[in-house]
Amino acid sequence: MSNGPVKGLDALKRMLWEENPVIGQILGICSALAVTNLVKNTMVMCLGLIFTLIMSCLTVSLMRNVIPRRVRMIIQVLIIAAYVIFIKIVLDAFLPEISNELGPYVGLIITNCIVMGRTEGYAMANKPFDAVLDGLGAGIGYSLVLLPIAMIREPLGLGTFFGVQVIPSDWTKWNMMVIAPSGFFALATYIWIVRALKSGGEKR
Amino acid sequence: MDIQNVHPFVIFFAAITTNNILLTNFLGMCSFLAVSKDLKSSLGLGAAVIFVSTFTAPINWLVYHKLLVPYELEYLQYIAFIIVIAAFVQIIEMVIERVSTLLYLTLGIFLPLITVNCAILGCALFLVIRQYTFMQSIAYGLGAGTGWALAIAALAGIRSRMEKKSKVIPELDGAGIALVITGIIAMAFIGFSGIVRIN
Repeated sequence: MSNGPVKGLDALKRMLWEENPVIGQILGICSALAVTNLVKNTMVMCLGLIFTLIMSCLTVSLMRNVIPRRVRMIIQVLIIAAYVIFIKIVLDAFLPEISNELGPYVGLIITNCIVMGRTEGYAMANKPFDAVLDGLGAGIGYSLVLLPIAMIREPLGLGTFFGVQVIPSDWTKWNMMVIAPSGFFALATYIWIVRALKSGGEKR
Repeated sequence: MDIQNVHPFVIFFAAITTNNILLTNFLGMCSFLAVSKDLKSSLGLGAAVIFVSTFTAPINWLVYHKLLVPYELEYLQYIAFIIVIAAFVQIIEMVIERVSTLLYLTLGIFLPLITVNCAILGCALFLVIRQYTFMQSIAYGLGAGTGWALAIAALAGIRSRMEKKSKVIPELDGAGIALVITGIIAMAFIGFSGIVRIN
């Protein structure tokens, strides 16, 4: 991961495409696969991750001069965990059903490597403003991968979109699309398409 | 069937096959994709995961049921679990370093990776959500670790073979093809469903 003098909006932009955390760096795959069988859950998960990223990047960046280097990892994890607990409590209060369905995956934002990667790789060495933009970019980049995958998996697998029936009920549901293996195949295909587009762009 | 009455061995078996933590719950994917390039280091990481998950699952069970529940601090579970895991890994690292240099060289380098391996934290969260008993949580920790190690060994074996024998489309090379292989392994594991069912 390069830590060049990337500042401001460039820090945000590069996360969306060039250094997209999921496609480019293969981070945060766990939740990318697990929650993408329902668009609604994916949406909540993405918002949760964006919130965690922004807040923990901001906090780590503000504290970057007082965190001792030796224990920085554990401090970062604790900061992230604090925000994830906040998300969990909010979800339990306002969207208990989704919170139930997501189950452990909300808590697993803590070990989502994207968050650790951004705090350790960027926020520890940069000013709060840039760190927030960087975190926001990484979160949006993550959502840009998850949402399209969910939008394909849910209609094909359940015939619904956002919980609403969109495909006529005589459609034979592809049960395959909502269970585990299709998650792997969908993400692989997505990576394939994006990389093909990228290398096509380079040739031109 | 009431979950408390399920024999720990059944939980152990289910955690390896039908509820494989990697292939059905997608946990621990990052290190799974990063380390699975050669068989030797993936076996080392697999062993480390088995070890840590077997011990942290019951410890986390004790922390949750004997410490957090009596004081109604359940909402602190994430922080508690992550501290337990990080502390355990740190202590084990120091002990191994002292006791055996050989073991440290094979296992030690993987231990720091494990603190942020979501399979271990996922294990702790699942045993709370599924309301396992103490014995069941030991069996679950052991089973989840074993299942994870099995999956990474399988993928590493296939990948090292493929590197020599087959040509992959350049765009799909690396992570892409690893995901496709994992998907096929996951399909094979669906064959186990129906043997045991634990939710």
